[in-house]
Amino acid sequence: MLVEQNIASIDIAKIRNDFPILNQQINGKQLVYLDNAATTQKPRQVIDALSGYYEHTNANIHRGIHHLAEKATSEFEATRRHIQGLLKARLPEEILFTYGTTDSINLVAQTYGRKFLKEGDEILISTMEHHSNIVPWQMLCEEKGCVLRVIPINERGEIVMEEFEKMLSERTKFVSVVHVSNALGTINPVAEIIKKSHAVGAKVLIDGAQATSHLHLDVQALDCDFYAFSLHKLFGPTGMGILYGKENILNAMPPYRGGGEMIKEGTFEKTTYNELPYKFEAGTPNIADVVAAKSAVDYVESLGIDAIADYEKQLLDYATEALQSLDGLRIVGTANEKVSVISFVMEGIHHQDIGVLLDQQGIAIRTGHHCTQPLMQRLGLAGTSRASFSVYNTIEEIDRLVQGLHKVRKMVG
Amino acid sequence: MTINEIQDDLIEDFSLFDDWESKYEYIIDLGKQLSPLDEKYKTEENIIKGCQSRVWLHAFTEGDELRFEADSDAIIVKGLVSMLVKVLSGHKPEEVAHADLYFMNEIGLHQHLAQTRSNGLASMVKQMKAYGLAYQSINQ
Repeated sequence: MLVEQNIASIDIAKIRNDFPILNQQINGKQLVYLDNAATTQKPRQVIDALSGYYEHTNANIHRGIHHLAEKATSEFEATRRHIQGLLKARLPEEILFTYGTTDSINLVAQTYGRKFLKEGDEILISTMEHHSNIVPWQMLCEEKGCVLRVIPINERGEIVMEEFEKMLSERTKFVSVVHVSNALGTINPVAEIIKKSHAVGAKVLIDGAQATSHLHLDVQALDCDFYAFSLHKLFGPTGMGILYGKENILNAMPPYRGGGEMIKEGTFEKTTYNELPYKFEAGTPNIADVVAAKSAVDYVESLGIDAIADYEKQLLDYATEALQSLDGLRIVGTANEKVSVISFVMEGIHHQDIGVLLDQQGIAIRTGHHCTQPLMQRLGLAGTSRASFSVYNTIEEIDRLVQGLHKVRKMVG
Repeated sequence: MTINEIQDDLIEDFSLFDDWESKYEYIIDLGKQLSPLDEKYKTEENIIKGCQSRVWLHAFTEGDELRFEADSDAIIVKGLVSMLVKVLSGHKPEEVAHADLYFMNEIGLHQHLAQTRSNGLASMVKQMKAYGLAYQSINQ
């Protein structure tokens, strides 16, 4: 039974009711889902929007003149305006639909990067990047002869700003950093990073995969050139992501993939490209998931991102204290500014054993290197265990995690 | 004992446990009991890379028997590894190559073999059978 909790204007019982997947037993125990940094669960509103699209609306968009085609197009474009609102972008055309954060970053590397970066140009990333924000730049560097440089972090898992400033020069042409670290939870000072990068003439991409479900966003106030994220980490469907880019930069970029929708006129001799955003959306897009994503944004806005952040902060504080009370447990990533993600290691116990034994108790966490192998090397770890909390998690679930870890210690230690 | 007799013994051992805790405590014990693999065999060549835990597998022959020694840095995987060694070590290469490993399924541990990226167990079974095939063709 849930204890009545109404902290920070969050009605937790009502919210949990919106997520049908939470109400199930795993290995005979009530599921405790603490793997939200990998993907969040979906509220009934998103599930209904997805099935409702296929039941009532399905048609291919933009070209058809029949009723369903127009309805599908209108719902598809409504999501674009919703995302524009969420990010506070200047124009809906600055919102491109992609397959996810990884796809968004690859798009920038393969279009902006290939056109505008050249041999000897420097690209800066941080030590805490996900492989998705490392490999596309390595591929570009290999092709164009650019230099990838890595901004160091301190022991708490924060970017060392003085070192970053020292690395900036007229050779710095691109800076791509994560807004919130998936492995450590650190919130990076991206506004300052963007400002300082712009001062040397570099363009900036912010990997927002882990930020959108926790933080208030304003791409115009941030002044970033690109912002990338995935909807599935924001209560939305999988296989759908966003690339925000400033209009003038997107216009200057060549198209990414060729095909239908992205052309204005095509002959076998020459094709002229469509305008924004369609220039970058070749082929039939992921219409159903884009349409359902609007309900995810609506859901977040109905709760209010500030109320979500307040509630998650309470979960983070409670969990931090409770976990620290466990013998031999060390929290990895102790930045001053953090979202509700806790990575930890337990002395003498392999993280995989922690994951397997918690799973037996119905508790889902993530273990391993979290696709940040260079970060793990920097920290001298093979991997960590990571519990990440969302707005539907409860204090009691954190207690279950702590009890579960006591049991792991008893069995393995 | 044949490979299948050893498997049947393990299935019987596990049938005594009626909850997950005693089952996993037993696996952990098996892991702790596994004779340590000599450090000289913990080479890059002998490593079977899983996504999260590492497994080392050393194969050699004694007479006409193929033998295995193994280790892992995670204790549950080590327990599972110890069962695989118990089942497959000390048999003729052709028996290893053609073994039908049904015990993991029977004792409800099949998910550990199915998680292809999270541990090296599925690759380990493949590698053990590959050694069986290799030594079989050497002997012929």
